[in-house]
Amino acid sequence: MVNLTASQVKVNLIKEKAKLSRLETIRLISLAKSGHYGSSFSCSEIFATLYYHVLRYDPNNPKWKNRDRFVMGKGHSAVGVYPLLADVGFFPKEELDTYTEVGSAFGDHPDMNKIKGIDFSSGSIGHGLSVGVGMALAARLDNLDYRTYILMGDGELQEGQVWEAAMSAPNFKLGNLVAIVDNNKVTVDGVTAENMSIEPIRDKWESFGWNVIDVDGHDIEALIRTFENLPSPDTDVPTVIIADTVAGKGVSFMENGYEWHVANLGEDDKIRAINEIKEMN
Amino acid sequence: MTTFHKDTWELYKSTEMAKQLTAGETLAKLGDDHPEIVALCADLGKPTRLWDFGAKYPDRFFNFGIAEKNMVTAAAGLASTGKIPFVATYASFLGILAAENIRTAVAYPNLNVRLIGTHTGIAMGFYGSSHHATEDIAITRSMANMTVISPADGVAIAEMVEESVKAYEGPIYFRVSRGREEQVYTKDAAKVQNRIGKANILRKGSDLTIIACGIEVHEALQAAEQLQDKGISVRVIDMHTIKPLDREAVLNSARETGAILTVEEHNVMGGLGSAVAEVLMESGVNCKFKRHGFYDEYSLIGKPFYLYQHYKLDGKGIAMVAEDLLNN
Repeated sequence: MVNLTASQVKVNLIKEKAKLSRLETIRLISLAKSGHYGSSFSCSEIFATLYYHVLRYDPNNPKWKNRDRFVMGKGHSAVGVYPLLADVGFFPKEELDTYTEVGSAFGDHPDMNKIKGIDFSSGSIGHGLSVGVGMALAARLDNLDYRTYILMGDGELQEGQVWEAAMSAPNFKLGNLVAIVDNNKVTVDGVTAENMSIEPIRDKWESFGWNVIDVDGHDIEALIRTFENLPSPDTDVPTVIIADTVAGKGVSFMENGYEWHVANLGEDDKIRAINEIKEMN
Repeated sequence: MTTFHKDTWELYKSTEMAKQLTAGETLAKLGDDHPEIVALCADLGKPTRLWDFGAKYPDRFFNFGIAEKNMVTAAAGLASTGKIPFVATYASFLGILAAENIRTAVAYPNLNVRLIGTHTGIAMGFYGSSHHATEDIAITRSMANMTVISPADGVAIAEMVEESVKAYEGPIYFRVSRGREEQVYTKDAAKVQNRIGKANILRKGSDLTIIACGIEVHEALQAAEQLQDKGISVRVIDMHTIKPLDREAVLNSARETGAILTVEEHNVMGGLGSAVAEVLMESGVNCKFKRHGFYDEYSLIGKPFYLYQHYKLDGKGIAMVAEDLLNN
């Protein structure tokens, strides 16, 4: 019973932190007057599960050599991560108030040299998994047991470089590399399947030699189970977690709408969105 | 006087070869003291000679297959952990094909990745324009944080690779030729002859300065020799580091010789000649000036020896271009 209670406390904490990520995303984008709502909300639970349960890091020693690495191939979701980095103590929350101002450390895409807790600068879709291959190779060379987690969008899988990297990770026996596909099924121009289908996603990764796990990307308990049951990092086969997600999750008028990939909420809609997020279960 | 047969590339006198592709060999020597060195290739470990490092340190040598974008970006990931990755492949597939990856994943985060683009310019001759690289200086030079180096020979690249491991921060693009070129420097264990950022004056002269980089340094020296016979005194500068450029060497030459000819195996737009022109124009120092190289064109098909003649990028051709400049 004690364990159950503890896990329930954990789930509730992660749920609250996912809400924090969404609410802060709305606040920060309102400062910028433009930003990525939909593609940030689709990974709120993933972000919160990573930072409050999965990742090994030390906010007081952000460059710790044996920390887990987390790289966003879809760097445009960074606005949902910044608030969590502040919340876990990498930097004071007030720094976020400078978001997108001239000279701010915080822009739409993350900069590793300006923001503590960001392991790699990103923004060019398709680079992330390759960066992860390099980080995972370094762990092998240094005999360190950290894992490297790479978040990608489903649209990102349209980039050819992803498949160069996907080919190389099993070749280099990188069981310490974990890819997460935020399968929210929309891109800038519309529905992924209609623009340039990347299905069958599972078959593609399997045929490239990856261990493939499907999960509901908004089910925190399922996410926890998935991450806890990852193969040991000293194994040979990299893992990809295909997270079934909803673009704009948590705000009814944004859900599944590609129009909200990049947008700016008006005042009334902003209040509606905030209220809906606060009432999320 | 070529040490390779001009048609067959058959080796005449191997002991006299400069071997531009000395990075792998140099890295193999540095490997024990510098465990942070790793080497990455894209199925061209043999022709780039990275194999020399791979043979000694197989665990630190990674063949990425024919996938340059992944290779360059993975090198950035390795560098983010403190490694010094050396990435080598043909310049056409590095400085050109992987340019965006170099810009975004290496230059922008200012990582200690050493990129070695080999077989530059038209060294690949009849293999054609897909295998030529006459744009890579312009591309990499315009990337903030990036250092761009075109060493004259194997002695030079060995020295600057070593410096880049021991005492240099930030990304570097090395631009080296095929490894079948004449030697400019004689190896001297007692002294370092090439330092990153410092131009070498290889020949004194008062009527004209030829500023060259890469394999054209040797040809510039040949041209100077021929011009000497006509009573023209030519200073020759090996401007191996194109960025950051040794401004003082340029301005002194303009003031002291009154004429500058730049020579590079690259489009005259955006390369060494452009870098020198920028310094001259902004300094207010006036002199006769010409950029020599490829004039916004793709090379003809041909065997390299004859192509260099055709494009006046051999000693004789450079001498003709120089005379034209001085007579106009």
